[in-house]
Amino acid sequence: MSQARLAPGVVPGRLTPHELAMNFADVAPPLTDHEARVAADRCYFCHDAPCITACPTSIDIPLFIRQIATGTPDAAAMTIFHANILGGMCARVCPTENLCEGACVRMDAEGDPVEIGALQRYATDGLMAQDGHPFRRAAPTGKRVAVVGAGPAGLACAHRLAAKGHDVTIFEARPKPGGLNEYGIASYKAVGGFAQAEVDWILGIGGIELRHNQRLGHEITLEMLRADYDAVFLGMGLGGVNALRAEGEERRNVLDAVSFIRDLRQASDLTTLPVGRDVVVIGGGMTAVDAAVQARLLGAENVTIVYRRDQSQMGASRHEQDHATASGVRIICNAAPVKVHGNGTVVEVEFAYTATDPDGGLHLTDDRFRLKADQLFRAIGQRLDGVPQELALDGAKIGVAGPGRTSIPGVWAGGDCAAGGDDLTVTAVAQGRDAAEDIDAHLTGRPVEIPG
Amino acid sequence: MADLRSNFIGIKSPNPFWLASAPPTDKEYNVRRAFQAGWGGVVWKTLGAEGPPVVNVNGPRYGVIHGPDRRVLGINNIELITDRPLDVNLREIKSVKRDYPDRALVISLMVPCDEQSWRDILARIEDTGADGVELNFGCPHGMSERGMGSAVGQVPEYIEMVTRWVKQYSRMPCIVKLTPNITDVRKPAEAAMRGGADAVSLINTINSITSVDLDLFAPEPTIDGKGAHGGYCGPAVKPIALNMVAEIARNPATYGLPISGIGGVTTWRDAAEFMALGAGTVQVCTAAMTYGFKVVQEMISGLRDYLDSHDMAMSDLIGRAVPNVTDWNQLNLNYVTKARIDQDLCIKCGRCYAACEDTSHQAIAMKPGRVFEVIEEECVACNLCLDVCPVENCIDMRELAVGEMDLRTGIRRGTYANWTTHPNNPMAVKAAE
Repeated sequence: MSQARLAPGVVPGRLTPHELAMNFADVAPPLTDHEARVAADRCYFCHDAPCITACPTSIDIPLFIRQIATGTPDAAAMTIFHANILGGMCARVCPTENLCEGACVRMDAEGDPVEIGALQRYATDGLMAQDGHPFRRAAPTGKRVAVVGAGPAGLACAHRLAAKGHDVTIFEARPKPGGLNEYGIASYKAVGGFAQAEVDWILGIGGIELRHNQRLGHEITLEMLRADYDAVFLGMGLGGVNALRAEGEERRNVLDAVSFIRDLRQASDLTTLPVGRDVVVIGGGMTAVDAAVQARLLGAENVTIVYRRDQSQMGASRHEQDHATASGVRIICNAAPVKVHGNGTVVEVEFAYTATDPDGGLHLTDDRFRLKADQLFRAIGQRLDGVPQELALDGAKIGVAGPGRTSIPGVWAGGDCAAGGDDLTVTAVAQGRDAAEDIDAHLTGRPVEIPG
Repeated sequence: MADLRSNFIGIKSPNPFWLASAPPTDKEYNVRRAFQAGWGGVVWKTLGAEGPPVVNVNGPRYGVIHGPDRRVLGINNIELITDRPLDVNLREIKSVKRDYPDRALVISLMVPCDEQSWRDILARIEDTGADGVELNFGCPHGMSERGMGSAVGQVPEYIEMVTRWVKQYSRMPCIVKLTPNITDVRKPAEAAMRGGADAVSLINTINSITSVDLDLFAPEPTIDGKGAHGGYCGPAVKPIALNMVAEIARNPATYGLPISGIGGVTTWRDAAEFMALGAGTVQVCTAAMTYGFKVVQEMISGLRDYLDSHDMAMSDLIGRAVPNVTDWNQLNLNYVTKARIDQDLCIKCGRCYAACEDTSHQAIAMKPGRVFEVIEEECVACNLCLDVCPVENCIDMRELAVGEMDLRTGIRRGTYANWTTHPNNPMAVKAAE
């Protein structure tokens, strides 16, 4: 047992290297050939299948499963990639129980869906492990497109544009591509450097130049891009983090969950990564769950998620919530932080229980409680940061019409920075892809080719 | 509790479940294990004439058709008759029969098609204590090329001739095993009866190639790059076997000829179906080869349970469905049904819709919310929707009452009338004035 296991404060090395390796192994190991065949046999090949409708990228799921069942997993992978070039990552991070698997008719039949996510991973892993890139570019069009952000939306957009013969330059603010795939998801969901491998594989199509440390509003401006390129796609995600607006929020060890997740993903040695003994996470989405579960896996003794509304309204799926509680995370609902106590460093967080107003709003009650905390994570959402002023917004995001058209001609947007999505990788992929089709149609007059 | 004891042409067994002449009954060790597991009888794997035994291939003997999760649906084999010396087999048969006097032990035979060969082999098996003989006129591969097996079974005159010899030179009950590799199974059955057979058993295996290796471009099982057709058996052949059993059972010329049913019997239910079509016993091979000998225990408990729940004796079951097997032209054309979908059971997969819309009569509507409903005006009652529905009992066929309007034809359901009197039939028989 590690000596630091029960040490107070925020310290590294609570668990042994072996324990950490076990904790951060692949959360859902890949199917073997036999398991895949058995799982594939369960698909009913539904007419106008509900799983396809439930998939934001409209992957032809019954077809690819039938292709697996008949011993052609590479053909299955191509069915997936034609609709969703990030099908490999989506197979790992999609909340399938809310999407394809939730719509599977076997849920009605026996409450146990076809394992679509696992089958998708089986097919895509197999093809991606092979040499080369399976798509070929169309004849060069001579058109140049700028893509801002190398996250799921930007990559999907860039790949589709490159496939159609356009030359693409991606401007990425961070030192590594991948966006939230690289920086924003729990590391046990995409082990083995999968996010980077996937980016490399996507870029394998050719015709895509990736430039790093290029921030919109700093090294580059929308004006410059519009002048230098035939079209611009904005997929830079949400750079800002919402504040708690609780007293004492500035105390030490009050951190953004996204930073914690990012640091964890980038850490080369998890034994050096500090974590509290008593950790509190505020929020109810995937980020809150990813931060809380990973704090536990790093060795935090007590981890509590506190969410201000009812559990049914949590952004994290039921599966994610169950994963959290099974990992030893406690979830408290209907409570909001009012004060961060401590002397320079957080020691306790004070919460008030909330009540719902008739109009759906929340108010704090006088019923209060405190949680011991030497580390507090904010996970109450991200916001758009540094958006060019000339773009019209829709609420707090870039306003778009149809397939990602912004208020400025020649500028498209998609992914988390654009209005209308639901902050999922798969939605970002769909938006990037559809914007690429629209850009291509705009630049060449060719018809769009969108599956589904 | 239902009595499963069987007396089939004088051969007694504690239950009607016999192992067919096949690899599982090739030697004493296997047969003892089978009897210990509870099998009522065995037909010992086919013995050949005195002399050097046959030689089997040393590569794979079986090809298989798999269903989901590698469930064995059908097996093809290219194994020959026993490749062990005759005297060894005879010694073992005698030993087993002595220890299991209550079980049926029938010897399968196949020797060249001449009187002396049959006379000789019958003399050799006389003192084994076996209960009867089964003439293998069915094996479709290897032996048939040498003028035996199905080469005999495909010529009714040969069947009659050999059967006559057997009855002449042996007092044992004689079962003639028929090949399905013919056009009309009634003819060989009639020939066996004319020759004096006490019973027929069927079906033997069906000529088959189970699959082709798409890298070697050779049939499977592949022996050094080549393949020969084998004999197909298992659940996949059951429908063919049931029909052939029924054809013999309802044929006036062979009516009452005892039948041992063979072909894909896997569960008690399969066995009961063969019996309902006239089989006095059933013979099993593939199910035992797939799951081992213990399957007989499910067959025994299942058949007993069925008979008890229907308050029937086994003799009530045997042949009970035969009167209901008829020719198409006797079917009631005024019997009208309509598919009906139970919306509470429906899981909204839409397979009924795809099947009906693409390949049938466009008689299922797909409504908002994936609600599937039968359009009675279009439904011809083919029941394909029911067949492809993955949920048992979700779709059923509702029978219209006599006098009820058929919305498709606009005609009220009438009383029984068949094709023989139908106005569209140019050969229609006029009803008596």
